[in-house]
Amino acid sequence: MKHVVVIGGGIAGMQSALSLKKRGFDVTVVEKSNRLGGKLLNWHCLFPSFTPATEVTDTLKQRIADSGVEVRLNAEVVEFDRHHVVLADGERIECDAVVLCSGFTLFDARIKEEYGYGIYDNVYTSVDIEAMLNKGRVELKNGGRPRRIAFLHCVGSRDEKVCQRHCSKVCCVTGVKQAIEMKQLFPEADVFNFYMDIRMFGPGYEEMYREAQQKYNIHFVRGRISEAAPTIDGRLQLKAEDTLTGRPLKISVDMLVLLVGMRSNDDNARFAEHSGLQCAPSGFMAPADMFLSNVASGVGGIFYAGAVTAPKSVGEVLNDGAAVAEAVTGYLG
Amino acid sequence: MKRATWSEYQKDIADDKYYYARSCIRQNFFPGSEKAFLDILSKDLGKDIFDDPAHSSCTGIGYHSDIVPLETIMTVVARQFAMMTESGYENFVTSCITSFGIYTEILATWEEFPETEERTRENLYKTTGREFRKPKCLAHTSDIIFHFREDIARLAKRRLVNSGTEEPLKVVEHIGCHYAKLFPKSGIGGSEFPYVLAGMVDAWGGECVDYPERRHCCGFGFRNYLVQANRGYSVANSQKKLESMAPYHPDFIVANCPGCTMFLDKWQYTIAEMDGRTYGGNGHGIPVLTYEEMAGLVLGYDPWELGMQMHQVDVEPLLDKMGVDYDPAAKYLGRNGKFIGKPSAAVVNGCSQDFIYDIKL
Repeated sequence: MKHVVVIGGGIAGMQSALSLKKRGFDVTVVEKSNRLGGKLLNWHCLFPSFTPATEVTDTLKQRIADSGVEVRLNAEVVEFDRHHVVLADGERIECDAVVLCSGFTLFDARIKEEYGYGIYDNVYTSVDIEAMLNKGRVELKNGGRPRRIAFLHCVGSRDEKVCQRHCSKVCCVTGVKQAIEMKQLFPEADVFNFYMDIRMFGPGYEEMYREAQQKYNIHFVRGRISEAAPTIDGRLQLKAEDTLTGRPLKISVDMLVLLVGMRSNDDNARFAEHSGLQCAPSGFMAPADMFLSNVASGVGGIFYAGAVTAPKSVGEVLNDGAAVAEAVTGYLG
Repeated sequence: MKRATWSEYQKDIADDKYYYARSCIRQNFFPGSEKAFLDILSKDLGKDIFDDPAHSSCTGIGYHSDIVPLETIMTVVARQFAMMTESGYENFVTSCITSFGIYTEILATWEEFPETEERTRENLYKTTGREFRKPKCLAHTSDIIFHFREDIARLAKRRLVNSGTEEPLKVVEHIGCHYAKLFPKSGIGGSEFPYVLAGMVDAWGGECVDYPERRHCCGFGFRNYLVQANRGYSVANSQKKLESMAPYHPDFIVANCPGCTMFLDKWQYTIAEMDGRTYGGNGHGIPVLTYEEMAGLVLGYDPWELGMQMHQVDVEPLLDKMGVDYDPAAKYLGRNGKFIGKPSAAVVNGCSQDFIYDIKL
């Protein structure tokens, strides 16, 4: 039986492994952390349906457990090629093909110092908000309820100053989703979304954006926030430009949420160099072809699935998992 | 300052042997500060610093006013470097933030576009017959004081504390835009949370105030004050900062830019005269210090020797808080006891508008 190693135990890795197993391959998933599920484990609900993220992660984990896929946790990959994968402890796993599902890295919001993340109280990232929603406690540092909340889109995306020129794709809709969640928790609060463009590319997204405005009275301001600063009463003063009215504005809020983007993994360049793979200018792995071979790498026997090639939604990542099994089958026969 | 990662933005600062370039503005408005810098470096710290009478203006004000073309200012800067080279120095220290921005920008331009450096070398040689080496280290004078802040703390005669309550003095630190907003890595702490002045305040016992308009420009902006019709905009920017910092009751402001120091001081006078508003304690303005004056007070210098009588906002309330001994009668005595003139009473120094203008209601 042909052996395929899947690098990464997030949802892309799990779905790829399940699809490959169904096609009769012997599959090993290697995951560097101590559990399967990846970054989605920290997520609360999924746009646009508000489906709990656990429905996806728990279902996939259960299917993996039932499938006979070998799972190696706490196993970090240091190098690989089409015939073997080398782990940090020196172990060498022989295989016939490799599927790289190592995903993405969240942009570190501290790099955008002007927003004060990690410096001022009540500046959070979208990831922090999901964690707070999971804990069932969204509140200010002093335990109070926010009366005014601002979301800032494109933090670490479409930003040449931090070398992240690409669009992270899912932050716009995440910002709308979280704004609605905040409004549901704090109906008395004013919620503002500061954006460059609103990119509602998926089914149901535009409808959710409309609902956010019409039903929840969430304010959308087309303009970037230039800086956040603390006020004497513990709030945050934001400066921005409303580009639709062509005027600068200054606003004090209780909570600022930074919608952090997805950037490429630092490992990508090293993997690419070792295995003869190509990275896109964004740093994400470049597929052999954007249309007909978008899960192939250009090196026979090495394939991609999920956000390792670009920012993607959960649905797109899961589709990649099915598509990569088809491609591997075509390669190994 | 809440940001603890300032050390990620560091730059190499030479330990000794500096070539000193003065500031056009400071020589006129804060002449004592430049002298204090030389005294602190040479007498207190025992460093070699060369105050070269042959250097010129960098022409930065003309450059930012679109009067001096880029090629001209590059040649002027090249001449400054030639003077440094001929004097046998490698570490260029400039007293002016505008100049610091100019030197940084031009060195970066030469790095990115080497042909411009070649052309500048040619222009300089043709016009003056001089050649130059680029500085091994370029620093602003506030960088140098920051570099030796712990040495100064060890030599300190006073600290930035209220001598009555022993509480740290509350300090607003204001950084000139051209220090690190052009090239964030050229400044200690970067552009958003610069540490160059905050580090001095921390080292000498004070406490920095972070207020909403901390990063806002003082309003100096060359076009704002050079064009008379724009000066209202300049005042408005300073006023925005002063309104924002006033609720924190700062004991003084310290700035590292000649223009910021001048305008945050003098526009307080203007605002007070215009509508009677003052921002400090007891109806007075907030004293505005240069970092050399702050260092000088810490080292025990006489405030009048530091040139603090040149301020628009009187510094005596601050001196009293710090417990500085000074002779009020000597305030307006210059060299050899010569009377240098005394300014009229001003609202910003606690004088009533009615008194000044003899307004009869």
